[in-house]
Amino acid sequence: MSHLRVELRQRAEELIALYPRPRSAMLPLLHLAQEQDGYLSEAGIEEVAQLTGTTPADVRGTAAFYDMYHLEPVGKYVVGVCTNIACLLAGGIELLEHASSTLRCAVGETSDDGLFTLEETECLADCDFAPCVQVNHRFVRTTTAATFDALVSDLREGKRENEIPSHGTLIRVRRNGGLRAQKNDVNTERTDAKAARDQRAEEKA
Amino acid sequence: MTDVKTTVTISVNGRSVEAAPGELVIEAAERAGNYIPRFCYHPRMEPVGFCRMCLVEVDGPRGATLQPACYIKVSDGMSVVTDSDKVKKAQDGVLEFLLANHPLDCPVCDKGGECPLQDQTLAHGSGETRFIEEKRHFVKPIEIGELVLLDRERCIQCARCTRFSSDVSGDTQIAFSGRGDLIEVAPSPTVPFDSTFSGNTVQICPVGALTAKPYRFSARPWDLEQVESTCTTCSVGCRVAVQSSGNRLTRVLGVDSEPVNHGWLCDKGRFTLDSIDGNQDSLDPLSVLARIREPLIREKGVLTPTTWGTALARAATILQDAAQAPDGVGAIGGAALTNEGAFAWERFVRGVLGSNHLDAQFGDGLNGGLLQALPKATIDDAARARVVVTMTGDLREELPVLFLRLRENFVKRQNALVEFSFGASALRSMATVSLPVRPGEAHVLAEALTSNGSMPKGSTIPEADLARARQLLGDTGDGVVFVVGRPNLAEDAGVLERAIRIVAERFPAATFLPALRRSNVVGALDMGLGPQLRPGRGYAGGEDGRDTLAQLAALRSGEQSAVLLLGCLLGNVLDVEGAKAALEAAQVVVVTGHGGKTLAYADVVLPAAVQHERLGTVTNIEGRVSAVAPKIVPPGSAWTDVAIASELAEQCGQNLGLTSVEQTAKVIEETTGYPALSVLIDVSDEGALVGRPAQRVERKALDPMAFPGIRSTNTVGLGELSGALVEENVVSSTPPATAVLSDVAAGRSVEVPPFDAYALALDVSHRLYDHGVAVQGSPALKNLVAKSTAYLNHFDLDRMGLVTGDVVDVMALKGSISLPVTLSDDTPRGAFGIVFGSLDDEGDDGAARFLFDPASAVTHVRLESR
Amino acid sequence: MAVLDSPRIVTARAQYDDSHTLARYVATGGYEGLRKALTLFPEEVAREVDDASLLGRGGAGFPAGRKWSMLRKSQISYLVVNGDESEPATFKDHFLVERDPHQLIEGVIIAAYALQVNQAFIFLRGEFALGLERVQQALNDAYEHGALGSKIFDSNFSLDIVVHPGAGAYICGEETALIEALEGKRGFPRIKPPFFPAVNGLYGEPTVVNNVETMANLPWIVLNGGKAFAGLGGGRSTGTRLFALAGRVKNPGIYEIEMVKNTFRDLIYDPALGGGITNDATIKAFIPGGVSAPWFGPDMLDLPIGQDEVAEKASMLGSGSVVVLDETSCVVRAAWRIAKFFSRESCGQCTPCREGSGWIERAMYRLEHGGGRMEDLDMLLDLMDNIAPGLTWPPQQTTICVLGPSIPSSVHAAIDMFRDEFAEHVKLQGCPFD
Ligand SMILES: Cc1cc2nc3c(=O)[nH]c(=O)nc-3n(C[C@H](O)[C@H](O)[C@H](O)COP(=O)(O)O)c2cc1C
Ligand code: SF4
Ligand code: FES
Repeated sequence: MSHLRVELRQRAEELIALYPRPRSAMLPLLHLAQEQDGYLSEAGIEEVAQLTGTTPADVRGTAAFYDMYHLEPVGKYVVGVCTNIACLLAGGIELLEHASSTLRCAVGETSDDGLFTLEETECLADCDFAPCVQVNHRFVRTTTAATFDALVSDLREGKRENEIPSHGTLIRVRRNGGLRAQKNDVNTERTDAKAARDQRAEEKA
Repeated sequence: MTDVKTTVTISVNGRSVEAAPGELVIEAAERAGNYIPRFCYHPRMEPVGFCRMCLVEVDGPRGATLQPACYIKVSDGMSVVTDSDKVKKAQDGVLEFLLANHPLDCPVCDKGGECPLQDQTLAHGSGETRFIEEKRHFVKPIEIGELVLLDRERCIQCARCTRFSSDVSGDTQIAFSGRGDLIEVAPSPTVPFDSTFSGNTVQICPVGALTAKPYRFSARPWDLEQVESTCTTCSVGCRVAVQSSGNRLTRVLGVDSEPVNHGWLCDKGRFTLDSIDGNQDSLDPLSVLARIREPLIREKGVLTPTTWGTALARAATILQDAAQAPDGVGAIGGAALTNEGAFAWERFVRGVLGSNHLDAQFGDGLNGGLLQALPKATIDDAARARVVVTMTGDLREELPVLFLRLRENFVKRQNALVEFSFGASALRSMATVSLPVRPGEAHVLAEALTSNGSMPKGSTIPEADLARARQLLGDTGDGVVFVVGRPNLAEDAGVLERAIRIVAERFPAATFLPALRRSNVVGALDMGLGPQLRPGRGYAGGEDGRDTLAQLAALRSGEQSAVLLLGCLLGNVLDVEGAKAALEAAQVVVVTGHGGKTLAYADVVLPAAVQHERLGTVTNIEGRVSAVAPKIVPPGSAWTDVAIASELAEQCGQNLGLTSVEQTAKVIEETTGYPALSVLIDVSDEGALVGRPAQRVERKALDPMAFPGIRSTNTVGLGELSGALVEENVVSSTPPATAVLSDVAAGRSVEVPPFDAYALALDVSHRLYDHGVAVQGSPALKNLVAKSTAYLNHFDLDRMGLVTGDVVDVMALKGSISLPVTLSDDTPRGAFGIVFGSLDDEGDDGAARFLFDPASAVTHVRLESR
Repeated sequence: MAVLDSPRIVTARAQYDDSHTLARYVATGGYEGLRKALTLFPEEVAREVDDASLLGRGGAGFPAGRKWSMLRKSQISYLVVNGDESEPATFKDHFLVERDPHQLIEGVIIAAYALQVNQAFIFLRGEFALGLERVQQALNDAYEHGALGSKIFDSNFSLDIVVHPGAGAYICGEETALIEALEGKRGFPRIKPPFFPAVNGLYGEPTVVNNVETMANLPWIVLNGGKAFAGLGGGRSTGTRLFALAGRVKNPGIYEIEMVKNTFRDLIYDPALGGGITNDATIKAFIPGGVSAPWFGPDMLDLPIGQDEVAEKASMLGSGSVVVLDETSCVVRAAWRIAKFFSRESCGQCTPCREGSGWIERAMYRLEHGGGRMEDLDMLLDLMDNIAPGLTWPPQQTTICVLGPSIPSSVHAAIDMFRDEFAEHVKLQGCPFD
C-alpha cells in the first residue's frame, strides 16, 4: 500500500521514469514525500526506499545530508533568514534576532502554534535584497524589521497562501504530458548510440 | 596473453619496489617495509580515501603532491615518499584533527588497549592538545540493534562500518547521516541494525564507537588470552581468534583467512559463546541452556549424577546387550564432533559393536555416498565460477559467510547466478535467472534444464528463463559450480538427490560445493559416520546400513533395541513424534555437552567437551581440514570424545588403540592419508584440502589496523602438544576407495504426490536464528528468532482472499493449527513456507513439526480462512 | 570610467517583465542560435565555442571549448548543467534561470548538439523554487515549440532535458558531488583521479559539466561567431561576464561587463554600476570572486577584471561575485561568518576539512565574541596549513576537493591584512564594532 497519495505516487513514478536509474530520482522523490507530510515521515522514507530500490537507513542518511529535508515535523511556514557575508554586512544577524522575537520561536525551532519554523540559512543567492528572507523557499524580499513584520501578519491571516504554497519546492513543477513518449524515442536513440559506441570500442580492441 | 607486464616498478623513499599493476600504493609500500598509517582503509573493502591519514608524496604531472596511499594505484616509474617533513606534518595534522573532538575516555572505553587510534596517537601524537573548544557532544551510547551499541562521540567517520553494511553485507542497515562534523552513523528508526553480520562492524571499527553488547565491559584487552581456531557453528569453517579471560570465553573475532572467510564472521558464530559457558547454572538437563557437567544414569526413572565408572559400565552393558541381536544397535549423530572424535566413535560402533548402522546426519542432509561422488569445488572456485547454480536454501541463513563470499563476486564481477529458488534468498536480487521450484519438483526441473524433459506441469517459469539458464550452463557445464544443500526439510531428500544426479550426469565438467550446514558434518561423514562410508572419505558400496530415519523406524518396530546418540536428537528432526516413539521404545545412551529434551529418554548421559574446549581437526564444506583449539577447559568432569569412546571400548573389553587427540590424528592420517596430524603440527594456517596436494599458504602479517583486537595469528598450541608425537613423522598410506557416481545406488525412488489444486505443499526452511543450542543458549541471539508465520505467494493469497497478518487454520494429517500468513513472492506458487524453529506467541516452535507428514515425500496442507 | 558600450550578451532581455516566456524569447531572436547551429556540423559548433575561448563561469574558469574538444575523442554520454549556485554572494545564475530560462535551455541544446549528447540534466539549486518552476515551464514550452525532444526543428538531432532539484548543500556545486546527488546519493565529492567527470562521470560514463552562465552565452556565440566573442575582453578573458556585486555598496546587483576593460574600481564606484560605498564610507577590503577567494585590499581597486590579472595577484575571479567591506565592517566577524559557512557546508568526508573547519570556526567565534588570545592567530595559521599546506594560492590540499583549501582564504586574509583589528578584539575580549 502506498503511503503517498495517488496523485503524488503517480508523479513519483513519472519522475523515476525520467532517469536512467531509479535511484537518481531520490532527491525529487524526497521533495514529494515532504510535500505531502510537511516533513519526511518514516512511512514516506520507507516508500521512497522501495521506489528507489534502497533501504530506509540509506534514504534517511541521504536525506539528512541535505538541509531542505526535515526529519522532524516543522511549521506550516519555514522562514529562512540569511546571515552569510552579504546579509551579515546588511544586518542579517539583527534581522534574524528580530524574526525570532516576532515569530516567538528560537532559531531552529517551531513556534507554539505550529505556524512557523525559523532557520538561519547560508547564502540564498539573492544578495541584492540583503538581508535575504525566504518562506518555504520563496523569496519574499522583506529586508527590514517592518516589512518582515508585515509579512508575518499577512501569513498569520492566511493572506499569502497563493504566493507562498506550503511545503514542496516541486509543488508547481510539472513536466507536460506527451513528452514522455518522445522521451522513449530519445531513450532508444541513446541506447542505439551506446550500442554503436560499444561496438566500435570492441572492434578497436 | 602475451607480453602483459606482470609487475611495475615504483620507488618508495628512493628504493625501488616491484608491485603488481593495479596494486594500491599503501599495500606495495607495506610489503616493502614502509608501513603507512591509516584509519579508513581496510584491505577487504574498496578504499574511499576519507580519513587522509595515509597521505604521502606522489610525483605527478604537477610535481610531488600529497595523495592518499590507500587510494592511489601504482604505476610504472611512480615515485612515492612516505617520510618527508611534508608528509609527517600532514599526517600529524590529520591525527590532531581526529583527536580534536574525540573524547579522552580511553580508560573506560572497551577499545582501550587495542585501539588503532590510541596506538597511532602514542606512536605519532604530540601529547598535548591545542584544542580548547568544547567537544562535540552526543547522548551516550545508543542501541542501534539487538547486538550493537553506538557511541557517536568516539566515531572518527572512517566509514568502515557503513561500507561494510552497504558493500559487503549488502543490506545497508546503517548509513552516514548528517553532514560535516555532524556526520553520524545511523540506522533507520523502523529497521534496527540486526544484520546477520552486524558484529563485523564492531570488529573493524578502529575506535570504540561500535561495541558489542555481549562483550561490552566484560574484559580488558590485557587480561585476555587467545588461540586461533575454526568456528564450528556452521560448516563454512571460518577462522577465528578465540579469547578468554581466565576460564571464561569473552570474545570471538574473525581471522583473515584468504580461502575461507576474509576476516568476516556471522553473528551466530561470533556471539554463540554464551551458550558454551554462559549458562552453566541451568541445572535441568532437559534444557538446551544446560551444560552437562557430570555423567548421569537413570535411577528409578530419574537422571542421577554418577561417576564415570558407573556410567560407562552401564552404557557398555546397554550397547553390548543390544549388539547381541543382529542389527540390534546403531548410532545417530556426530556432526558436532571433531574429526578425531568422529573417528573414535566410528571405530567404536563398527569395530566394537559391529554395527553398520550409523549416521551423522539427522535425515535433513543428503546421501553421503552421492556427496562423495560429486566432483568438488572449493569456496574460491564457487566465488570465481563463471556460473553458480544454487540448489539450496537461503545461503545467508544457512551458511552466512559463504553468502558473503559469493555475493562479493556477483556484485563485483557480475558472474552469473542461476537460482533453483525454493523460497526466500538474499541472493535473489543478484540472480541472472531465478527458477522457482515447487516442493517435490526439483528433479523435474533439473530434467527440463538438461533439455531432456519438459517443464513441470503447471509451472509458471517462463520458457525464456529456462533457455537462458540452459545457455549459461553450456554444453558440459564447464566453469559451472553447483551449490547443493537441503532447502526443504519437509521434502524427501530423494527429490533433490535425483535432481543432483541428473545435473551431475548431464554436465560432467561442472563441480559441486555441498552446502550441508551442520558444523562438522562433512568431517563426520569423511570419518565414516554414515552407512557405506569409511574413514578417510572412503566408500564401501554394496554394504548396507541404516541411516537416521531407518534407525528410528527400526527402533520403533523393535528391530533395533538400543541407540547411541552422539549429540541431542529431538531439536534437529521434523518428525518429533516419530523420534520420541523410537527413543521411548529403545535403550538410549547419549554423549553430549549440552542438555535438551532428548535426555528425557536417556538411560545414560556422558558429558563431552564442546567447541572452544577441545583440540582437533574439522573439515568444512569444501573439504578443508583445519585445526580447532581449546581455549577453556570443559565444565565439571566432561571429557573429549576420543577419551569417552576409548574408555567405553575398554569397558566392552576392547582397545581402540587411541590414547589422545593428537595420537588419534596420527592414526587417521597414517591409516587413510586424510590430513589430520599434519594439520595440527604444521598448523599451515589455511589447513589442507582433502584430496588435493598440500599447499602452504603464506599468510600476510597481521595488520592491527585492519583487525584490531586480534593479538597474533598462527598460534594453535601445537607447541604445547605432546612433543614426542610432533617429532614423529606421519607416514602417509593409501587412501580408501572413494565413491564414484556410478557406484552410488540411485537410491529409493521417490513417489511424489501429484499437485493438488486445493492443497499447498509444505516447505520448511532453515533460518540462522532458530531454537538450537547456539541461539537459545545465547541471551544476545535468542531475541532474534523469527516469529511463526506461513509465507505464501501473492497468487495463492489472492486466490483465498487473504492478506498479510490474517490468521488461517491449516489442516494436516494430525488435525489443524492456526497460523498468521505473510505475503512473500519468494515462495513459489503452490508452496506453503514455514521456518523451522520459528516461535509462535507462546514461545513454541511446533508448527512445522505438527504439519509434517513423514510418510509422504511431500506434505500437503489445506487452508481455511476464518 | 567603466566601459559600458559592449553588447549585452546574456542580459539582453533584462528590461522585459516577461523575459522568461517563450513568446518574448522568440520575439527577441530566441532559438535562432539553435536553428543556425543545426545547420552546422557538430564539430563546427564546437569550433565556434573554441574560437570564442569562453571560460567556464562556474568558478574554475576552464575554457569550455577546450573541455569539450578534449572530450570529443571519446563519445560523451551526458551533459550536466551546474545551477547549484551556492557560493556566498553569488546570484547571477539565480538571475539567469528566473529571468531568461529559454536562453539557458537554448544554450544547453546547442552544447548537447555540439557534443552529440541526447540526455542533459539541469541541476538547479533546490531553494530556487521559482527558478525550478520557470525552467520546467520553459522546457515544456520548448518541447511544444519543437526545440526539444525528438528531431529538433526537423533535424536528426534529439535531446531530452531533465531538471533536477537540489536540496540544500553547497558542496553539490562541486561537479563530482553534483553527480553523486544526481545519482541520488549523499553529495560526497569523488576523488579525481580517477573520477574526472569527463572520463568517469554520471553512472561512470563520460560527462560534461558546465555552469549555467557558460551555457547562456552559447546562443550569442553561435549567432555572432566565436571570433566576435573573442573580440571582446582581452587576453584569455574574452567576452562579457556577469558580476554579482554585494556588500557595502550603494547599488548591489547583477552587472554584465566586458572583461579586462573594466577595473574593480569601475565596478564598485561607477554610478551606472555599484555607485560607490554605502553612505560614502571608505572601502576596507573586497573579495574578488566568492568567499573561496583570497581578499584584496583597496590597493587592488585598479586591477583590470580579468581571470589572469586576478590570478597573478594570488586570488581568483571564481564565481563572479564581488563583496565589499567598508570601514564599518568588522573583518573578524566577516571572516568568522565565512568560516562558519564552510564548517556547515563541509561534506564531512575528509578529516582535515570536517574537523578543521569546525575548529577554525570555533576559534574565530571566540576571537569575535570574547575569549580570544593572540596565540590563536598562529594556531589558526598552522591549522589552516594542515588543510592547505603552504597556504599558497592556488592552494595545495590535504583534502579530496577544493572546499577544504578554500576555508583558509578569508581567515588567512583577515589575519594577514588586519592583525591590529584582531589585537583590538583580544584586548577588548569582544568586538569593537558592537
Ligand atoms: C566547493 C565547490 C563549489 C562549487 N560550486 C559551484 C556552483 O555552485 N556552480 C557552478 O557552476 N560551479 C561550481 N563549482 C565548480 C564546479 O565544480 C565546476 O568546475 C563547474 O561547474 C564547471 O563549469 P564551468 O566550466 O562552466 O565553469 C564549485 C566547485 C567547488 C569546489
Ligand atoms: S574537502 Fe571538505 S567538502 Fe571537500 S570532500 Fe573533503 S570534507 Fe568534503
Ligand atoms: S584516506 Fe587512506 S587510510 Fe584513510
